Amino acid sequence: MKDGQTDGQRDRQTDGQLDDTGPGPTSPPRAERPAAANAALGAAGIVGFLALCEAVSRFGIVSGDYFPPLTRVADALVTELGDRAFWTALGDTLTGWALGLAIAVTAGILAGVVIAVVPFLREATASTIEFLRPIPSVALIPLAVLLYGSELRSVLLLVVYASFWQMLIQVLYGVQDVDPVAEETARSYGLGTWARVRHVLWPTALPYVMTGVRLAAAVALILAVTAELVIGAPGLGQRIAVAQTSQAVPEMYALVVVTGVLGLLINVGARAVERRALAWHQSVRGEVVV
Amino acid sequence: MGRSMLDVRGLKKVYEGSGRRVEAVRNLTFTVDAGELVCLVGPSGCGKTTLLKCVAGLLTPTSGEVLLEGRPVSGPPPGMAVVFQEYGRSLFPWMRVGENVELPLRQKPLSKARRRELVADALDSVGLADAAGAYPWQLSGGMQQRVAIARALAYEPDVLLMDEPFAAVDAQTRADLEDLVRGLWRERGITILFVTHDIDEAVYLGERVLVLSASPTVVQEQLTIDLPEERDQLRTRVAPRFAELRTRVYEQVQAAKRGVTAPRL
Repeated sequence: MKDGQTDGQRDRQTDGQLDDTGPGPTSPPRAERPAAANAALGAAGIVGFLALCEAVSRFGIVSGDYFPPLTRVADALVTELGDRAFWTALGDTLTGWALGLAIAVTAGILAGVVIAVVPFLREATASTIEFLRPIPSVALIPLAVLLYGSELRSVLLLVVYASFWQMLIQVLYGVQDVDPVAEETARSYGLGTWARVRHVLWPTALPYVMTGVRLAAAVALILAVTAELVIGAPGLGQRIAVAQTSQAVPEMYALVVVTGVLGLLINVGARAVERRALAWHQSVRGEVVV
Repeated sequence: MGRSMLDVRGLKKVYEGSGRRVEAVRNLTFTVDAGELVCLVGPSGCGKTTLLKCVAGLLTPTSGEVLLEGRPVSGPPPGMAVVFQEYGRSLFPWMRVGENVELPLRQKPLSKARRRELVADALDSVGLADAAGAYPWQLSGGMQQRVAIARALAYEPDVLLMDEPFAAVDAQTRADLEDLVRGLWRERGITILFVTHDIDEAVYLGERVLVLSASPTVVQEQLTIDLPEERDQLRTRVAPRFAELRTRVYEQVQAAKRGVTAPRL
Protein backbone atom coordinates (compact mmCIF):
# COMPACT_ATOMS: atom_id res chain seq x y z
CA MET A 1 0.00 0.00 0.00
CA LYS A 2 2.84 2.30 0.88
CA ASP A 3 4.60 1.34 -2.34
CA GLY A 4 1.58 2.08 -4.45
CA GLN A 5 1.43 5.53 -2.93
CA THR A 6 5.06 6.38 -3.56
CA ASP A 7 4.88 5.11 -7.15
CA GLY A 8 1.89 7.28 -7.84
CA GLN A 9 3.76 10.26 -6.51
CA ARG A 10 6.77 9.60 -8.65
CA ASP A 11 4.70 9.30 -11.81
CA ARG A 12 3.09 12.63 -11.19
CA GLN A 13 6.46 14.14 -10.51
CA THR A 14 8.00 13.03 -13.77
CA ASP A 15 5.04 14.51 -15.59
CA GLY A 16 5.77 17.63 -13.65
CA GLN A 17 2.15 18.52 -13.10
CA LEU A 18 -1.08 17.11 -11.87
CA ASP A 19 -3.02 15.26 -14.52
CA ASP A 20 -6.64 14.28 -14.15
CA THR A 21 -5.89 10.60 -14.78
CA GLY A 22 -3.75 10.46 -11.63
CA PRO A 23 -4.66 8.29 -8.63
CA GLY A 24 -7.88 9.59 -7.12
CA PRO A 25 -7.38 9.88 -3.38
CA THR A 26 -3.90 11.46 -3.41
CA SER A 27 -4.34 14.03 -6.18
CA PRO A 28 -6.18 17.11 -4.89
CA PRO A 29 -9.13 17.74 -7.23
CA ARG A 30 -9.03 21.42 -6.37
CA ALA A 31 -5.74 21.94 -8.19
CA GLU A 32 -7.14 21.00 -11.63
CA ARG A 33 -9.71 23.73 -12.04
CA PRO A 34 -7.33 26.65 -11.57
CA ALA A 35 -4.93 24.99 -14.03
CA ALA A 36 -7.67 24.79 -16.71
CA ALA A 37 -8.82 28.31 -15.90
CA ASN A 38 -5.25 29.57 -16.20
CA ALA A 39 -4.84 27.90 -19.58
CA ALA A 40 -8.05 29.55 -20.81
CA LEU A 41 -6.89 32.93 -19.52
CA GLY A 42 -3.53 32.47 -21.24
CA ALA A 43 -5.22 31.63 -24.55
CA ALA A 44 -7.51 34.64 -24.21
CA GLY A 45 -4.46 36.82 -23.61
CA ILE A 46 -2.77 35.63 -26.79
CA VAL A 47 -5.92 36.10 -28.87
CA GLY A 48 -6.36 39.59 -27.44
CA PHE A 49 -2.75 40.48 -28.24
CA LEU A 50 -3.06 39.24 -31.82
CA ALA A 51 -6.32 41.15 -32.27
CA LEU A 52 -4.67 44.31 -30.97
CA CYS A 53 -1.77 43.92 -33.44
CA GLU A 54 -4.24 43.53 -36.30
CA ALA A 55 -6.40 46.48 -35.17
CA VAL A 56 -3.50 48.90 -34.60
CA SER A 57 -2.52 48.53 -38.22
CA ARG A 58 -6.04 48.24 -39.77
CA PHE A 59 -7.27 51.43 -38.10
CA GLY A 60 -4.15 53.31 -39.15
CA ILE A 61 -2.92 54.00 -35.61
CA VAL A 62 0.50 52.84 -36.84
CA SER A 63 1.41 53.04 -40.50
CA GLY A 64 0.88 49.73 -42.29
CA ASP A 65 4.21 50.30 -44.07
CA TYR A 66 6.12 49.70 -40.86
CA PHE A 67 3.62 47.53 -39.07
CA PRO A 68 1.57 45.49 -41.52
CA PRO A 69 -1.62 43.84 -40.29
CA LEU A 70 -1.18 40.42 -38.82
CA THR A 71 -2.94 38.70 -41.67
CA ARG A 72 -0.29 39.94 -44.12
CA VAL A 73 2.48 38.78 -41.80
CA ALA A 74 0.78 35.38 -41.63
CA ASP A 75 0.63 35.27 -45.45
CA ALA A 76 4.33 36.08 -45.62
CA LEU A 77 5.04 33.39 -43.07
CA VAL A 78 3.22 30.76 -45.13
CA THR A 79 5.22 31.84 -48.19
CA GLU A 80 8.43 31.61 -46.21
CA LEU A 81 7.56 28.11 -45.01
CA GLY A 82 7.25 27.04 -48.64
CA ASP A 83 10.69 28.43 -49.55
CA ARG A 84 13.67 26.07 -49.46
CA ALA A 85 16.04 28.97 -48.71
CA PHE A 86 14.11 29.65 -45.50
CA TRP A 87 14.67 26.11 -44.28
CA THR A 88 18.37 26.34 -45.14
CA ALA A 89 18.61 29.56 -43.13
CA LEU A 90 16.75 27.96 -40.22
CA GLY A 91 19.15 25.01 -40.38
CA ASP A 92 22.16 27.38 -40.34
CA THR A 93 20.85 29.24 -37.31
CA LEU A 94 20.11 26.03 -35.44
CA THR A 95 23.53 24.63 -36.34
CA GLY A 96 25.30 27.69 -34.93
CA TRP A 97 23.07 27.64 -31.87
CA ALA A 98 23.43 23.92 -31.13
CA LEU A 99 27.17 23.70 -31.80
CA GLY A 100 27.93 26.82 -29.80
CA LEU A 101 25.72 25.72 -26.92
CA ALA A 102 27.25 22.24 -26.87
CA ILE A 103 30.78 23.67 -26.76
CA ALA A 104 29.86 26.21 -24.06
CA VAL A 105 28.04 23.65 -21.88
CA THR A 106 30.84 21.09 -22.10
CA ALA A 107 33.57 23.66 -21.48
CA GLY A 108 31.59 25.32 -18.67
CA ILE A 109 31.02 22.04 -16.84
CA LEU A 110 34.60 20.85 -17.23
CA ALA A 111 36.08 24.18 -16.16
CA GLY A 112 33.66 24.50 -13.25
CA VAL A 113 34.34 21.01 -11.88
CA VAL A 114 38.11 21.35 -12.27
CA ILE A 115 38.07 24.73 -10.50
CA ALA A 116 35.99 23.19 -7.71
CA VAL A 117 38.18 20.13 -7.23
CA VAL A 118 41.56 21.91 -7.34
CA PRO A 119 41.52 24.18 -4.25
CA PHE A 120 43.81 27.04 -5.28
CA LEU A 121 42.25 27.44 -8.75
CA ARG A 122 39.15 29.06 -7.30
CA GLU A 123 41.02 32.02 -5.80
CA ALA A 124 43.35 32.18 -8.78
CA THR A 125 40.52 32.42 -11.33
CA ALA A 126 37.86 34.41 -9.46
CA SER A 127 39.03 37.90 -10.43
CA THR A 128 39.72 36.95 -14.05
CA ILE A 129 36.24 35.46 -14.36
CA GLU A 130 34.68 38.57 -12.83
CA PHE A 131 36.55 40.70 -15.38
CA LEU A 132 35.83 38.63 -18.49
CA ARG A 133 32.22 37.75 -17.72
CA PRO A 134 30.64 41.22 -18.03
CA ILE A 135 32.19 41.91 -21.46
CA PRO A 136 29.17 41.90 -23.79
CA SER A 137 29.60 39.26 -26.43
CA VAL A 138 28.51 41.71 -29.17
CA ALA A 139 31.58 43.82 -28.35
CA LEU A 140 33.59 40.96 -29.83
CA ILE A 141 31.90 41.24 -33.23
CA PRO A 142 34.82 43.18 -34.78
CA LEU A 143 37.24 40.57 -33.48
CA ALA A 144 35.10 37.75 -34.85
CA VAL A 145 34.98 39.41 -38.27
CA LEU A 146 38.74 39.98 -38.26
CA LEU A 147 39.41 36.39 -37.32
CA TYR A 148 36.85 34.44 -39.33
CA GLY A 149 35.00 36.85 -41.64
CA SER A 150 31.34 35.94 -42.01
CA GLU A 151 31.66 32.20 -41.55
CA LEU A 152 29.98 29.91 -39.04
CA ARG A 153 33.08 30.18 -36.85
CA SER A 154 32.33 33.87 -36.26
CA VAL A 155 28.87 32.97 -34.99
CA LEU A 156 30.34 30.21 -32.82
CA LEU A 157 32.86 32.56 -31.24
CA LEU A 158 30.12 34.94 -30.11
CA VAL A 159 27.67 32.22 -29.06
CA VAL A 160 30.28 30.30 -27.08
CA TYR A 161 31.61 33.41 -25.37
CA ALA A 162 28.17 34.53 -24.24
CA SER A 163 26.83 31.16 -23.07
CA PHE A 164 30.06 29.84 -21.55
CA TRP A 165 29.92 32.35 -18.67
CA GLN A 166 26.26 31.58 -17.97
CA MET A 167 27.26 27.94 -17.66
CA LEU A 168 30.45 28.42 -15.67
CA ILE A 169 28.89 30.70 -13.06
CA GLN A 170 26.05 28.25 -12.43
CA VAL A 171 28.43 25.28 -12.20
CA LEU A 172 30.62 27.21 -9.76
CA TYR A 173 27.62 27.95 -7.54
CA GLY A 174 26.46 24.36 -7.83
CA VAL A 175 29.70 22.72 -6.79
CA GLN A 176 29.86 25.01 -3.75
CA ASP A 177 26.51 23.70 -2.58
CA VAL A 178 27.77 20.22 -1.59
CA ASP A 179 26.43 19.31 1.84
CA PRO A 180 29.31 18.69 4.29
CA VAL A 181 27.42 15.77 5.85
CA ALA A 182 26.95 14.14 2.44
CA GLU A 183 30.62 14.72 1.69
CA GLU A 184 31.70 13.22 5.03
CA THR A 185 29.39 10.26 4.50
CA ALA A 186 30.99 9.61 1.13
CA ARG A 187 34.49 9.94 2.56
CA SER A 188 33.74 7.69 5.53
CA TYR A 189 32.64 4.95 3.13
CA GLY A 190 35.93 5.21 1.29
CA LEU A 191 34.69 6.91 -1.89
CA GLY A 192 37.68 8.34 -3.76
CA THR A 193 37.85 11.73 -5.47
CA TRP A 194 36.37 10.51 -8.74
CA ALA A 195 33.57 8.58 -7.01
CA ARG A 196 32.73 11.66 -4.93
CA VAL A 197 32.66 13.88 -8.01
CA ARG A 198 30.37 11.43 -9.73
CA HIS A 199 28.03 10.50 -6.88
CA VAL A 200 27.99 13.62 -4.67
CA LEU A 201 29.35 16.70 -6.42
CA TRP A 202 27.69 16.15 -9.80
CA PRO A 203 24.15 15.37 -8.53
CA THR A 204 24.41 18.35 -6.15
CA ALA A 205 25.45 20.64 -8.97
CA LEU A 206 22.93 19.23 -11.45
CA PRO A 207 20.05 21.61 -10.60
CA TYR A 208 22.43 24.54 -11.16
CA VAL A 209 23.77 22.95 -14.33
CA MET A 210 20.20 22.66 -15.63
CA THR A 211 19.51 26.32 -14.88
CA GLY A 212 22.78 27.17 -16.61
CA VAL A 213 21.82 25.17 -19.71
CA ARG A 214 18.43 26.87 -19.87
CA LEU A 215 19.94 30.36 -19.59
CA ALA A 216 22.78 29.51 -21.97
CA ALA A 217 20.34 28.10 -24.54
CA ALA A 218 18.37 31.36 -24.58
CA VAL A 219 21.51 33.53 -24.76
CA ALA A 220 22.97 31.31 -27.48
CA LEU A 221 19.92 31.89 -29.71
CA ILE A 222 20.09 35.66 -29.19
CA LEU A 223 23.77 35.72 -30.11
CA ALA A 224 23.35 33.40 -33.10
CA VAL A 225 20.68 35.66 -34.60
CA THR A 226 22.63 38.82 -33.69
CA ALA A 227 25.78 37.52 -35.34
CA GLU A 228 23.93 36.66 -38.54
CA LEU A 229 22.16 40.00 -38.53
CA VAL A 230 25.26 42.13 -37.98
CA ILE A 231 28.04 40.08 -39.57
CA GLY A 232 25.94 38.58 -42.34
CA ALA A 233 26.75 34.98 -41.57
CA PRO A 234 24.14 32.73 -43.22
CA GLY A 235 20.99 32.12 -41.17
CA LEU A 236 17.67 33.61 -40.09
CA GLY A 237 19.31 36.82 -38.89
CA GLN A 238 20.86 37.46 -42.29
CA ARG A 239 17.50 36.74 -43.93
CA ILE A 240 15.86 39.32 -41.63
CA ALA A 241 18.49 41.88 -42.64
CA VAL A 242 17.91 41.14 -46.34
CA ALA A 243 14.13 41.42 -45.92
CA GLN A 244 14.57 44.75 -44.17
CA THR A 245 16.88 46.26 -46.80
CA SER A 246 14.60 45.11 -49.62
CA GLN A 247 11.53 46.66 -47.96
CA ALA A 248 9.87 43.26 -47.55
CA VAL A 249 8.31 44.33 -44.24
CA PRO A 250 5.76 41.48 -43.76
CA GLU A 251 8.50 38.93 -44.52
CA MET A 252 10.75 40.61 -41.97
CA TYR A 253 8.05 40.34 -39.31
CA ALA A 254 7.35 36.74 -40.28
CA LEU A 255 11.02 35.90 -39.70
CA VAL A 256 11.01 37.73 -36.37
CA VAL A 257 8.01 35.63 -35.34
CA VAL A 258 9.96 32.48 -36.30
CA THR A 259 12.88 33.47 -34.05
CA GLY A 260 10.42 34.13 -31.23
CA VAL A 261 8.86 30.70 -31.67
CA LEU A 262 12.34 29.16 -31.68
CA GLY A 263 13.14 30.84 -28.38
CA LEU A 264 9.88 29.60 -26.89
CA LEU A 265 10.47 26.01 -28.03
CA ILE A 266 14.00 26.06 -26.69
CA ASN A 267 12.81 27.22 -23.28
CA VAL A 268 9.98 24.67 -23.14
CA GLY A 269 12.39 21.91 -24.20
CA ALA A 270 14.98 22.91 -21.61
CA ARG A 271 12.35 22.93 -18.87
CA ALA A 272 11.13 19.48 -19.85
CA VAL A 273 14.68 18.10 -19.71
CA GLU A 274 15.17 19.80 -16.34
CA ARG A 275 12.03 18.25 -14.85
CA ARG A 276 13.00 14.80 -16.04
CA ALA A 277 16.58 14.98 -14.75
CA LEU A 278 15.63 16.50 -11.41
CA ALA A 279 12.59 14.41 -10.49
CA TRP A 280 14.23 13.84 -7.08
CA HIS A 281 14.87 17.52 -6.38
CA GLN A 282 12.79 19.62 -3.99
CA SER A 283 11.91 22.12 -6.68
CA VAL A 284 10.35 19.41 -8.84
CA ARG A 285 9.10 16.75 -6.44
CA GLY A 286 6.74 19.10 -4.62
CA GLU A 287 5.00 18.16 -1.40
CA VAL A 288 5.71 14.71 -0.05
CA VAL A 289 3.07 12.71 1.78
CA VAL A 290 4.77 10.53 4.38
CA MET B 1 37.96 -8.79 28.45
CA GLY B 2 38.29 -9.59 24.76
CA ARG B 3 40.94 -8.28 22.37
CA SER B 4 40.81 -4.55 21.82
CA MET B 5 39.26 -3.41 18.55
CA LEU B 6 39.63 0.32 18.93
CA ASP B 7 42.37 2.11 20.86
CA VAL B 8 42.25 5.84 21.39
CA ARG B 9 45.49 7.09 22.93
CA GLY B 10 46.14 10.60 24.18
CA LEU B 11 43.85 12.10 21.55
CA LYS B 12 43.98 15.87 21.35
CA LYS B 13 42.31 18.14 18.84
CA VAL B 14 42.84 21.88 18.62
CA TYR B 15 41.01 23.95 16.02
CA GLU B 16 43.06 26.87 14.78
CA GLY B 17 41.50 29.53 12.67
CA SER B 18 41.11 33.29 12.26
CA GLY B 19 43.22 34.08 15.33
CA ARG B 20 41.18 31.84 17.59
CA ARG B 21 42.49 28.66 19.11
CA VAL B 22 39.89 26.23 20.43
CA GLU B 23 40.95 23.13 22.27
CA ALA B 24 38.01 20.81 21.62
CA VAL B 25 39.52 17.60 22.97
CA ARG B 26 42.38 17.72 25.48
CA ASN B 27 43.53 14.21 26.25
CA LEU B 28 41.35 11.18 25.61
CA THR B 29 42.40 7.62 26.18
CA PHE B 30 40.06 4.65 26.06
CA THR B 31 39.69 1.22 24.53
CA VAL B 32 36.75 -0.54 22.95
CA ASP B 33 36.95 -4.33 22.88
CA ALA B 34 35.89 -6.40 19.90
CA GLY B 35 32.16 -6.99 20.00
CA GLU B 36 31.54 -4.39 22.70
CA LEU B 37 28.80 -1.75 22.67
CA VAL B 38 30.20 1.37 24.31
CA CYS B 39 28.24 4.58 24.82
CA LEU B 40 29.89 7.98 25.11
CA VAL B 41 27.94 10.61 27.03
CA GLY B 42 28.93 14.10 27.96
CA PRO B 43 27.56 17.59 28.34
CA SER B 44 26.58 19.29 25.09
CA GLY B 45 29.46 20.98 23.32
CA CYS B 46 32.03 18.70 24.94
CA GLY B 47 33.60 17.62 21.69
CA LYS B 48 31.81 14.30 21.21
CA THR B 49 31.43 14.86 17.49
CA THR B 50 35.05 15.98 17.16
CA LEU B 51 36.15 12.80 18.90
CA LEU B 52 33.99 10.65 16.65
CA LYS B 53 35.29 12.32 13.51
CA CYS B 54 38.88 11.76 14.65
CA VAL B 55 38.09 8.09 15.30
CA ALA B 56 36.44 7.82 11.88
CA GLY B 57 39.51 9.26 10.18
CA LEU B 58 37.55 12.27 8.93
CA LEU B 59 39.59 14.68 11.05
CA THR B 60 43.30 14.52 11.78
CA PRO B 61 44.03 14.77 15.52
CA THR B 62 46.48 17.43 16.68
CA SER B 63 48.28 14.78 18.70
CA GLY B 64 47.67 11.26 19.92
CA GLU B 65 46.49 8.38 17.81
CA VAL B 66 43.60 6.10 17.01
CA LEU B 67 44.30 2.42 16.39
CA LEU B 68 41.85 0.10 14.67
CA GLU B 69 42.88 -3.50 15.34
CA GLY B 70 46.37 -2.23 16.12
CA ARG B 71 46.76 -0.25 12.89
CA PRO B 72 46.86 3.55 13.12
CA VAL B 73 43.93 5.37 11.49
CA SER B 74 45.09 8.08 9.08
CA GLY B 75 42.03 8.31 6.82
CA PRO B 76 38.61 6.66 6.77
CA PRO B 77 39.50 2.97 7.30
CA PRO B 78 37.71 0.27 5.29
CA GLY B 79 36.45 -1.57 8.38
CA MET B 80 34.48 1.34 9.77
CA ALA B 81 31.04 2.77 9.09
CA VAL B 82 29.51 5.95 10.48
CA VAL B 83 25.83 6.71 11.10
CA PHE B 84 25.31 10.47 11.33
CA GLN B 85 22.66 12.35 13.24
CA GLU B 86 21.47 14.24 10.15
CA TYR B 87 20.04 11.30 8.21
CA GLY B 88 18.29 13.66 5.80
CA ARG B 89 21.62 15.09 4.67
CA SER B 90 23.60 11.88 4.97
CA LEU B 91 21.33 9.95 2.57
CA PHE B 92 21.53 11.08 -1.05
CA PRO B 93 18.15 12.35 -2.25
CA TRP B 94 19.02 11.62 -5.89
CA MET B 95 19.34 7.90 -5.21
CA ARG B 96 16.66 5.41 -4.31
CA VAL B 97 16.94 3.63 -0.96
CA GLY B 98 18.50 0.53 -2.55
CA GLU B 99 21.07 2.60 -4.45
CA ASN B 100 21.97 4.53 -1.29
CA VAL B 101 22.66 1.29 0.54
CA GLU B 102 24.56 -0.15 -2.41
CA LEU B 103 26.82 2.83 -3.16
CA PRO B 104 29.51 2.11 -0.53
CA LEU B 105 29.60 -1.54 -1.65
CA ARG B 106 30.52 -0.46 -5.17
CA GLN B 107 33.87 0.69 -3.79
CA LYS B 108 34.58 -2.89 -2.68
CA PRO B 109 35.59 -5.78 -4.91
CA LEU B 110 32.21 -7.53 -4.73
CA SER B 111 30.17 -9.20 -7.44
CA LYS B 112 26.87 -7.63 -8.44
CA ALA B 113 24.96 -10.61 -7.07
CA ARG B 114 26.75 -10.38 -3.72
CA ARG B 115 26.04 -6.63 -3.54
CA ARG B 116 22.34 -7.24 -4.16
CA GLU B 117 22.32 -9.91 -1.50
CA LEU B 118 23.97 -7.61 1.07
CA VAL B 119 21.57 -4.74 0.27
CA ALA B 120 18.49 -6.95 0.54
CA ASP B 121 19.73 -8.53 3.75
CA ALA B 122 20.58 -5.17 5.36
CA LEU B 123 17.23 -3.62 4.43
CA ASP B 124 15.48 -6.71 5.73
CA SER B 125 17.37 -6.44 9.05
CA VAL B 126 16.04 -2.94 9.64
CA GLY B 127 12.51 -3.87 8.58
CA LEU B 128 12.50 -2.00 5.27
CA ALA B 129 12.67 -4.90 2.85
CA ASP B 130 10.05 -3.37 0.54
CA ALA B 131 11.36 0.20 0.52
CA ALA B 132 14.35 -0.31 -1.83
CA GLY B 133 12.58 1.41 -4.72
CA ALA B 134 11.49 4.52 -2.80
CA TYR B 135 13.44 7.74 -2.49
CA PRO B 136 14.67 8.58 1.04
CA TRP B 137 12.56 11.76 1.14
CA GLN B 138 9.43 9.69 0.66
CA LEU B 139 10.06 8.01 4.02
CA SER B 140 9.53 9.24 7.56
CA GLY B 141 12.50 10.40 9.66
CA GLY B 142 12.72 7.15 11.60
CA MET B 143 12.63 5.13 8.39
CA GLN B 144 15.34 7.30 6.86
CA GLN B 145 17.60 6.65 9.83
CA ARG B 146 16.87 2.92 9.41
CA VAL B 147 18.07 3.23 5.82
CA ALA B 148 21.28 4.89 7.04
CA ILE B 149 21.74 2.02 9.51
CA ALA B 150 21.10 -0.50 6.73
CA ARG B 151 23.73 1.22 4.60
CA ALA B 152 26.23 0.84 7.44
CA LEU B 153 25.28 -2.83 8.01
CA ALA B 154 25.60 -3.75 4.34
CA TYR B 155 29.14 -2.35 4.42
CA GLU B 156 29.93 -5.12 6.95
CA PRO B 157 32.07 -2.96 9.23
CA ASP B 158 34.11 -4.23 12.17
CA VAL B 159 33.33 -1.02 14.01
CA LEU B 160 30.13 0.98 13.74
CA LEU B 161 30.30 4.61 14.89
CA MET B 162 27.01 6.30 15.67
CA ASP B 163 26.92 10.06 16.24
CA GLU B 164 23.76 10.92 18.19
CA PRO B 165 21.78 8.96 15.61
CA PHE B 166 18.40 9.29 17.29
CA ALA B 167 18.57 12.92 18.43
CA ALA B 168 16.26 14.09 15.67
CA VAL B 169 13.47 11.49 15.85
CA ASP B 170 10.41 11.38 18.09
CA ALA B 171 10.42 9.46 21.39
CA GLN B 172 8.52 6.37 20.22
CA THR B 173 10.57 5.97 17.06
CA ARG B 174 13.62 6.45 19.20
CA ALA B 175 12.70 3.56 21.51
CA ASP B 176 12.15 1.31 18.46
CA LEU B 177 15.49 2.30 16.96
CA GLU B 178 17.30 1.68 20.26
CA ASP B 179 15.93 -1.84 20.35
CA LEU B 180 16.88 -2.26 16.71
CA VAL B 181 20.50 -1.29 17.38
CA ARG B 182 20.70 -3.52 20.44
CA GLY B 183 19.19 -6.41 18.48
CA LEU B 184 21.57 -5.95 15.54
CA TRP B 185 24.53 -5.73 17.88
CA ARG B 186 23.63 -9.01 19.56
CA GLU B 187 22.84 -10.70 16.27
CA ARG B 188 25.88 -9.60 14.29
CA GLY B 189 28.56 -9.11 16.94
CA ILE B 190 29.66 -5.74 15.56
CA THR B 191 31.68 -3.41 17.77
CA ILE B 192 29.64 -0.25 18.32
CA LEU B 193 30.73 3.13 19.61
CA PHE B 194 27.56 5.10 20.27
CA VAL B 195 27.73 8.82 21.02
CA THR B 196 24.73 10.40 22.72
CA HIS B 197 23.81 13.23 25.05
CA ASP B 198 20.90 11.21 26.44
CA ILE B 199 21.85 9.50 29.72
CA ASP B 200 18.94 7.04 29.71
CA GLU B 201 19.78 6.02 26.19
CA ALA B 202 23.43 5.45 27.08
CA VAL B 203 22.56 3.27 30.09
CA TYR B 204 19.83 1.36 28.25
CA LEU B 205 22.01 0.57 25.23
CA GLY B 206 25.56 0.26 26.47
CA GLU B 207 27.62 -2.48 28.01
CA ARG B 208 29.88 0.27 29.18
CA VAL B 209 29.36 4.02 29.44
CA LEU B 210 32.19 6.54 29.13
CA VAL B 211 31.36 9.92 30.63
CA LEU B 212 33.26 12.77 29.04
CA SER B 213 34.09 15.99 30.81
CA ALA B 214 33.19 19.45 29.53
CA SER B 215 35.45 20.91 26.86
CA PRO B 216 38.48 20.61 26.77
CA THR B 217 37.50 16.99 27.00
CA VAL B 218 38.94 14.10 28.99
CA VAL B 219 37.29 10.83 30.08
CA GLN B 220 35.60 11.70 33.38
CA GLU B 221 34.52 8.21 34.31
CA GLN B 222 34.02 4.72 32.89
CA LEU B 223 31.08 2.71 34.08
CA THR B 224 30.27 -0.94 33.33
CA ILE B 225 26.55 -1.43 32.83
CA ASP B 226 25.76 -4.69 34.60
CA LEU B 227 22.19 -4.93 33.40
CA PRO B 228 21.03 -8.25 31.95
CA GLU B 229 21.85 -8.90 28.28
CA GLU B 230 18.14 -9.08 27.43
CA ARG B 231 16.80 -5.55 27.71
CA ASP B 232 13.29 -4.29 27.36
CA GLN B 233 11.96 -0.75 27.07
CA LEU B 234 9.29 -1.43 29.74
CA ARG B 235 11.04 -3.52 32.38
CA THR B 236 14.67 -2.48 32.04
CA ARG B 237 13.88 1.19 32.41
CA VAL B 238 12.01 0.68 35.70
CA ALA B 239 14.52 -1.78 37.19
CA PRO B 240 16.18 -0.47 40.39
CA ARG B 241 19.65 -1.13 38.98
CA PHE B 242 18.83 0.97 35.90
CA ALA B 243 17.80 3.84 38.18
CA GLU B 244 21.04 3.55 40.16
CA LEU B 245 23.18 3.52 37.05
CA ARG B 246 21.41 6.42 35.44
CA THR B 247 21.72 8.42 38.68
CA ARG B 248 25.42 7.65 38.75
CA VAL B 249 25.92 8.75 35.13
CA TYR B 250 23.76 11.81 35.72
CA GLU B 251 25.90 12.85 38.70
CA GLN B 252 29.02 12.42 36.65
CA VAL B 253 27.66 14.50 33.78
CA GLN B 254 26.63 17.23 36.24
CA ALA B 255 30.05 17.07 37.86
CA ALA B 256 31.62 17.22 34.40
CA LYS B 257 29.75 20.45 33.71
CA ARG B 258 31.11 21.95 36.93
CA GLY B 259 34.55 20.54 36.22
CA VAL B 260 34.93 18.34 39.32
CA THR B 261 34.95 14.59 39.91
CA ALA B 262 31.94 13.22 41.75
CA PRO B 263 32.63 10.84 44.65
CA ARG B 264 32.29 7.15 43.81
CA LEU B 265 29.15 5.26 44.88
